[in-house]
Amino acid sequence: MSEYLMILLGAVLVNNIVLVKILGLCPFMGVSKKLETAIGMGAATAFVLTLASGASYLIDHYLLAPNGLGYLATLSFIVVIAGIVQFTEMYIKKTSPTLYQVLGIYLPLITTNCAVLGVPLLIAQNQLQYTLLKSLWFGFGNAVGFTLIMVLFAGIRERMEGADIPAVFKGSAIAMVTAGLMSLAFMGFSGLVK
Amino acid sequence: MLSALLIMSGIAVLLGAVLGYAAIRFRVEGNPLVEKIDAILPQTQCGQCNYPGCKPYATAIAAGEADINRCPPGGEEGIQKLADLLGVEFKPFGGDTNAPKPKSVAFIDENTCIGCTLCIQACPVDAIAGAAKQMHTIISRECTGCELCVAPCPVDCISMQVIEEKISNWKWKYPVFALTPVKQ
Repeated sequence: MSEYLMILLGAVLVNNIVLVKILGLCPFMGVSKKLETAIGMGAATAFVLTLASGASYLIDHYLLAPNGLGYLATLSFIVVIAGIVQFTEMYIKKTSPTLYQVLGIYLPLITTNCAVLGVPLLIAQNQLQYTLLKSLWFGFGNAVGFTLIMVLFAGIRERMEGADIPAVFKGSAIAMVTAGLMSLAFMGFSGLVK
Repeated sequence: MLSALLIMSGIAVLLGAVLGYAAIRFRVEGNPLVEKIDAILPQTQCGQCNYPGCKPYATAIAAGEADINRCPPGGEEGIQKLADLLGVEFKPFGGDTNAPKPKSVAFIDENTCIGCTLCIQACPVDAIAGAAKQMHTIISRECTGCELCVAPCPVDCISMQVIEEKISNWKWKYPVFALTPVKQ
């Protein structure tokens, strides 16, 4: 049990996918202007990332690793993730139109998100320690970390809209500076979990 | 090498099959009647039917809220097609609906135009070029003759000009005839 807690804590705070691993910066900068879109993007990512972690763990563990084909990991993960996202999108569209309205527009965006590819690759590197359940949990933890950062950053950016920012810093420049400061702050968590 | 090829193509074929199956199994259908009606309407988005565009008008027809004779750009031929599709009787223009006018395009009197951009905002097909406080002009190739720009103009500098039929723009007319039930 404590092991699962450690995985979650490590994924959310210590090795945060956005601020420490510096993955998934495209939605981090692009979709964080408003709190609602940030939450929508976070939820959709959580969904996809958990699925992708499980699927790519299965591919890696039962297909690639026994045949010594570790070098195919990136290629096959991209294909599998893209396929799963497409399938999920169709399934949601049919079964739950409400959920589709919430997540729908973000799902195709996430297909090629580097955070979604990065987490399965991290799991594949670490394959001796992770089981299927742990992989799913690790993927979910990373997604929670991603969502947390998206929401925090969107909150800050909404505040900055009304702040008196020097003209040269307006827009993306101050967002970059803020992201850097947040990343510095998250360095404070390093060493919390081995 | 061979196993790598086999595994990758295996994954690709499997995913392709799953997605292909899912596309059929989970297909979401819109209202097919609305699509069919919308395909008959001329897509000028002119609003002369008192609906915001062709799609809303098609939805209203499918729901039984609107008559089929409210689309002047479609002409009698359009009404005939709608009547055939819906299995109702042909209904000529008349009453509160406006009959089709001769095909015309809008024309801006450029000496009077004050560059207010109101007509640009009204145009559903972006056929008016211009900017604030600059003279506007109409791209007559794009204009559908819907007359939506005439009313907003504060200085009344827009007029409709009838396009005369010439050798260069004459097109073969489709024969239009109303179907009548056969007497027995």
